[in-house]
Amino acid sequence: MLGAQAIAQRRRTAQYNCPLGAPPLALCACPPLARASPWRSKRLNPPAAWPMFRPLCSRKPARLAPLALSGIAPLTAHPTLTPLDSAAASFPGKRFVIPASDPLRLDSGIELGPVTVAYQTYGTLNADKSNGILVCHALTGDHFVADRHPVTGKPGWWEAIVGPGKLLDTDRYFIVCANVLGGCMGTTGPKDMDPATGQPYGLAFPVITIGDMVKAQARLIDHLGIGKLFCVIGGSMGGMQVLEWCSAYPERVFAAVPVATSYRHSAQNIAFHEVGRQAIMADPQWNGGAYQAAGTQPQRGLAVARMAAHITYLSETALHRKFGRKLQDRAQLSYGFDADFQVESYLRHQGSTFVDRFDANSYLYITRAMDYFDLQAEHGGSLAAAFEGTKTRFCVVSFTSDWLFPTSESRALVHALNAAAANVSFVEIVSDKGHDAFLLDEPEFHAVLGGFLNGAAEHRGLKFK
Amino acid sequence: MTGPLPLAAQGRPRASIRVDLQAIAEMIEPGSRVLDIGCGDGALLDYLAHEKNVDARGIEISQAGVNACVAQGLSVVQGDADTDLKDYPTRGFDYAILSQTLQATWDPKAVLEHLVRISRRAIVSFPNFGVWHVRLRLLFGGKMPVTGTLTSAWYETPNIHLCTLDDFVDLCRALDVTIEQAMVLDSVGRPKGLQAPGRLANLLGEQGLFVLTRGG
Repeated sequence: MLGAQAIAQRRRTAQYNCPLGAPPLALCACPPLARASPWRSKRLNPPAAWPMFRPLCSRKPARLAPLALSGIAPLTAHPTLTPLDSAAASFPGKRFVIPASDPLRLDSGIELGPVTVAYQTYGTLNADKSNGILVCHALTGDHFVADRHPVTGKPGWWEAIVGPGKLLDTDRYFIVCANVLGGCMGTTGPKDMDPATGQPYGLAFPVITIGDMVKAQARLIDHLGIGKLFCVIGGSMGGMQVLEWCSAYPERVFAAVPVATSYRHSAQNIAFHEVGRQAIMADPQWNGGAYQAAGTQPQRGLAVARMAAHITYLSETALHRKFGRKLQDRAQLSYGFDADFQVESYLRHQGSTFVDRFDANSYLYITRAMDYFDLQAEHGGSLAAAFEGTKTRFCVVSFTSDWLFPTSESRALVHALNAAAANVSFVEIVSDKGHDAFLLDEPEFHAVLGGFLNGAAEHRGLKFK
Repeated sequence: MTGPLPLAAQGRPRASIRVDLQAIAEMIEPGSRVLDIGCGDGALLDYLAHEKNVDARGIEISQAGVNACVAQGLSVVQGDADTDLKDYPTRGFDYAILSQTLQATWDPKAVLEHLVRISRRAIVSFPNFGVWHVRLRLLFGGKMPVTGTLTSAWYETPNIHLCTLDDFVDLCRALDVTIEQAMVLDSVGRPKGLQAPGRLANLLGEQGLFVLTRGG
């Protein structure tokens, strides 16, 4: 079993910082993976029959193996690697426990407790507790916003804007970020022990929602003694949490910044998530979700899920600019299924590095939570009703090339906020970097965010030195 | 560039605003809720927010303008007067301002109806196509006039629904909109001491500035 340090060591060669997890394409040098681990598949060998609507799982999917992700073959050298199982508990950061005596009441009706919430804070809470900012992370993000990641050793996923003197200035604000419920970086999730059985939850973990994640965060914010947050901010799934906060706890959010997000997960996005989930469940190592007990890890399935998802975080323009049809370490086509193209090699690298830092069942649960998110349906079909009477100041941000959460969805959100007479700003940032733009160096986004926060701080009466 | 920021960029004191915007700002009661449609660079909103403690919001069609406004801390959304006013709730604002924009909308009638619906008072200004020298240019020059307030040639002007002050008054009557106050302005936006609306105002006013309301 590898500890966090050993994993970090093993990963030290990786060049990417994958928060969402999506690495800044701009930073990427094509990975050495294909060189180090040549892909040896001889022929295309598709599975004979694909069961359609049940987990393509546990019993006989073995034929998938030769085809699937031979590019990440080195991972099979560690078939029982469970880095997160052992390491998450020892990750740095803070812990708060929601006791079994006062459990979380989930949207499914199930009561869950005890629940550990792993979180991180930066800066200092002021005397009247009015400078708290909650940062909500995306699908595969975590609470290491501005800390070196304990598994990958890379900088925090939003270090570009969180820190002393930065946009989310830790000299001014008290910044909190918690690993989401169902996550795998310290907050209770499916890989943790079910107190009822003494075994890892696996698929016995209840299906959770964005609302449940926010309930857990609200308990943490209570615990920190903060009544009203100055701001709740997040991108992608983090933006969904922002909207949920504004809808469920309007009086506790002074300003809100939902970025590159939507009030509901679209059919196309659910479809992509389903591809990812089926890839995981088709991996024989998944073992019906009980892979920890079986001593296996569905690394290939999880890697394929990551590869498919990663494409959706980018844009055609960005992919073309970076890779085009360039070949990977060769002058001509191989007439085989090796990673001829740099873009293939890049994706394989994304998949293979992801499995070290993420739990497959967590991926199932968190993608499900996103799929279930529909603030409009939850309010009788009227999105404006979700924000009725709100006093929160909103700054909605979208990016032109984001086809996962396109501007049209932000615009629909803005129309609903207008209908609710909300105080709302809405900017669309011109960028060709796709969905991931919110994590990258986008000067106009940062200028807008800084202006919004300063304006909101002025209205909140926050005084800074 | 180094050294201290220019005064205007430091936020306070506010630089003075354009004369025509000043005329509008003077009509706004302190502490009220204001929607500025076509807010441009946000100069009026910024002034109202800081000098009159107004809850100031804006709609601007140009994304660059919106981004600049939000970066100043103003609450502005990208949007279009023709399509987006319908979303706003009835009487959500004390004032809705449409400055020098009505003549550039596709459907001025519908826009005007929304303005008086979403606000207690709508403040509308527009260039007067009936001013004497415009009439003369058309009569003797035979070409579409280009003036201090109508600055573009016909083929590139955004102004697609030009009207005279009297035309506008007729539309208000037809829509059962009450004109609470009317002013005529010169080409830079200074009020002219003319009785408005009226025949002389329609002949001598470069721009019209109206405060409208719909009873009930």
